[in-house]
Order: sequence, then C-alpha cells, then structure tokens
Amino acid sequence: MAYLTCENVTLRYESTTVLEHLSFQVEQGDYLCIVGENGSGKSTLMKCLLGLKAVDEGRLVLGDGLKRSEIGYLPQQSMIQRDFPASVQEVVLSGCLNSHGLHPFYTKKDRARAEEQMKCMRITELADRCYRELSGGQQQRVLLARALCATGKLLLLDEPATGLDPLVTTELYGILEHLHRDHGITVIMVTHDVECAVRHAKTILHIGKKTSFFGSCTDYLQSEAGKAFVDADGCVGCHSTHEEVACS
Amino acid sequence: MNDLSVFFTPEYLSAILLPALIAGVAVSLCASLLGVSLVLKRCSMIGDGLSHVGYGTLCIAVAMGWAPMQVTIPVVIAAAYVLLRLSESSRMRGDTAIALFSTSAMAVGILVSSKANLTTDVSHYMFGSILAMSKSEVVLSVILSICVLLVYVLFYDKIFAVTFDENFARATGLNVRFYNLLIAVLTAVTVVLGMMLMGALLISSLMIFPAVTAMRLCKSFRHVVITAVVVSVGCFLLGLLLSLWLDAAVGASVIIVNLTVYLAATGIHLLQNRRRRQTERKEAGV
Repeated sequence: MAYLTCENVTLRYESTTVLEHLSFQVEQGDYLCIVGENGSGKSTLMKCLLGLKAVDEGRLVLGDGLKRSEIGYLPQQSMIQRDFPASVQEVVLSGCLNSHGLHPFYTKKDRARAEEQMKCMRITELADRCYRELSGGQQQRVLLARALCATGKLLLLDEPATGLDPLVTTELYGILEHLHRDHGITVIMVTHDVECAVRHAKTILHIGKKTSFFGSCTDYLQSEAGKAFVDADGCVGCHSTHEEVACS
Repeated sequence: MNDLSVFFTPEYLSAILLPALIAGVAVSLCASLLGVSLVLKRCSMIGDGLSHVGYGTLCIAVAMGWAPMQVTIPVVIAAAYVLLRLSESSRMRGDTAIALFSTSAMAVGILVSSKANLTTDVSHYMFGSILAMSKSEVVLSVILSICVLLVYVLFYDKIFAVTFDENFARATGLNVRFYNLLIAVLTAVTVVLGMMLMGALLISSLMIFPAVTAMRLCKSFRHVVITAVVVSVGCFLLGLLLSLWLDAAVGASVIIVNLTVYLAATGIHLLQNRRRRQTERKEAGV
C-alpha cells in the first residue's frame, strides 16, 4: 500500500469547490511536486495532506505504516512570525515533540536528534542565535532541521523557495535532493515553479481548472497540461543539475 | 507622601503587607508567564476580554451573596473556552467577537449591581484592593498560582511549540486545541486572581507589559520567559512600595513602574540596534 492515497477527493473552501474528483498516490521513496495556477487549490490540498482540514468528499488514507505524527512539514515562510524571539535550538527541538506523548520534557535522545539535524543542515554554529535575525536561507534551513526532527519518512513542503534568492534556492533544492536520495525521505512539495519541479521531481501532480495530470515527470512533459506550462524548446529536462550537499 | 517606616512595623507587616506581598508576587509571576504566550499568539485581547467577563460575574456573585472567587473562576474559565472557539470560527474576526462578548457580560454585571445598589462594594474589583484581601483569598490566590506555575512548567515545551507555529504543531500530531484551551484556562484563573489585586481595568496590562519588555531585550523564548517573570515580580514590589510612599492606588503604581521599565528597555533596544548597524557599516566600509 502507498504512503498516501487520495481517492476521488473533492475539496471546498468556504463553500466554493476548489478541487473535484482528485485521485493520486504517493509511494515510499517518491518525490512528488504539486503544481498548478494560483487559486487551483494547491494550498487547500496541502492543508488536507497535513490533516489541518478534512476532505469534503472522497478518501485520504495513510498507509504503509506511516503515522500522522511521522510527517515533517516546512511551512511557507510567511506563515511564521518574523519577530518571534526564539533561538535556533529551541525551534529545531520543537520538531521532536510529536514523538513524546505525555512525557513533559525533551529527552537526551531528542537533544541528540536535534543536534544531528542541525549538523546535517550546517546550522550548528547558529544554535544560540535568534531565529528572527537570520537570513531567509538560514531560516529555511532551521525550519527544515525542525521538520527532519519530526520525521524520517515523509516531508511536506509548501512553496519552499518563496522569498529566497536564486543561489539559496539552488542550495535548498540540493539539500532536498540529498535528503531524498541518500536518506530515503519521501518528498511532497507544493510549488508554482514548474521548471524547478520537472527538474527535481519523480512524479508530478498538476491541478488546474481545465486540465489535470498525475504521472511521471517524463510523461508530464509530453502531456497537454505540461506542454502549456513548459517551453516547447526542451530546455527543461528531467535530470537534476543540482549542487551536491552532503552531511558530514 | 508617607513616611515608609510606618508600614514596616511588625503589626502592619504581618497583618496587611505580608499577605499582600505573597499574593502579589504569586499572581505577578503567573501573569507574566501567560502574558508571553498571549502577546506572541497575538491574542492579548483575551486577557482584557476575560477581565470584563470576570468583573461582570463578580458583580452578580456579590449581588446574589455568593462567594465571589469561587463563582467567578469557573465562569471565566467557561468564558475563556467560548472566546477561544469564537476566535477560531472564521465567521467573525476574533477581536471583534471578544469585544462584543466581554463588554456584554460586563454590562449585565453592572446592571445587576446597580439595581442591587452594590456599586461601592464591587468598585474595588474595578481598581483592585490588594491591601484589603482576606486571609482565605490570599491562601486561594497562592494555591491557584502554584497550580498555574506547575502546569506551565510541565507543558512548557508544548506551549512553546503551539505559540511559535500552530500549524506545524498540529500537522505533526500535537493536540493544539487542547493546549490552546490550557493556555486560556490558565489565563482565566490568573485574570480572576489579578482582578482582586490590580482590578479588572488593569490586570491585562500586568500580563502584557513584562512580556513586551522582555521581548525587547531577549533573543530566545526561555530568556524571554525568565526575564518577564523577573520584570513582573520586580515591578510589583517597586510599585507596591511606591503606592505606600505616595499613598496611591497599588494597581496603578505597579503599571506605572512597568511602563517606565518598558520605556527603558525600548531605549536599550534602540541603542543596541544603532550600535549594531554602526559596526556593520564599519565592517562593510573596511
């Protein structure tokens, strides 16, 4: 069974139907990009995948031993309060809470896990810095470390590149590629950047008012939905040309 | 101005000042802890709204001859739950809902108390009466404060997670609604206790001032919480002393001290920023 199965799902946002009869699966080890125009229901779908909103019709099931508390989430930058006084370590550690149950405090294991993820994201030396004083790229790596504390299985990302400069964006995609390939983490990303999506993803889910598509990246480029979005001159391919990032 | 030595005679000290001190310190402590979460969650208005509801309930309780605190605390806890649900529903904006709900509750209370000719009896809940608290009230305040403190410490990590990023907390399986409710209940208890001390009009600033002062100075959540507690208790003690010296209302004196400290912290913050920018400019110039 797949990690995540969406069957004939219909979603409404304040009584307006934004998505109808959507079906797709996410298998373990997948790298799925969800693309579509503004207002096509990407964010609403994301909320459902995260369990912040119930589906209005159809079924959304987790499978393959994946628990709701094993999903890591990287929110849009704008969703985080920019003036919040919190140290990097506090933010990263808060990702460990989901495995706690009723235990009130962080354990040694949690601290070690946070330490490890900070090392992986190369932010160990920022541990005592204030989150709000970091650059956009650094903040994104802190939130990614937090998400990784919460999961070793499935990472959900909501427009992760928004507000980042091109260099930092490339680095972010590199990190994700590394997590996906070397750590076996399944990635689901909502993005409006189709070009980056086809460059990195294995599978594409395109949701649109007229055309929808779900399938492999190569098929997407041949499809009607894909052709409308990507330049026909073939400058975009499904091979990754990313910068290598590795955990020490 | 009073000669302060009058207040430090053993009789006055043990009968009036000491109970006031103990209750005041305990409640200031709780107020500052919860204030940090309320300010950061952008719902400072909940404290204010609950104090209105609390005042309304107190008026009714006094008019009916019921024990004021024992009746008011459960009612305000229930109100906290309602306010939270109101602000969660998207039909009306949270702050609008709080304002409507809480002022209505207060209006009912005032109506009842004025009909029953109790305006003087209940007016000290409006402005606080820390030096006139009964022994049982002091004991209840201290016990409840200890409970609030214990619960806060036990759930500290979760309160941080819910305050920092509610969506992430919910998405990773934390029961956010429960923790929001917990914060609201603790706030409700603190607001009622604070009303005895500071009065309904001033209690919400006792929650908010230490938090914003600490946020000016600190860079981590833990430091903000600790600083807020120190500022709150310190300001309370200074304010109490000031009120004895000037023969002025305790609640108002405490808030004025809080305001002064806040302004000083803002000054320090601005100076720090300027210095940082200067060094950055210098480094860039070199």
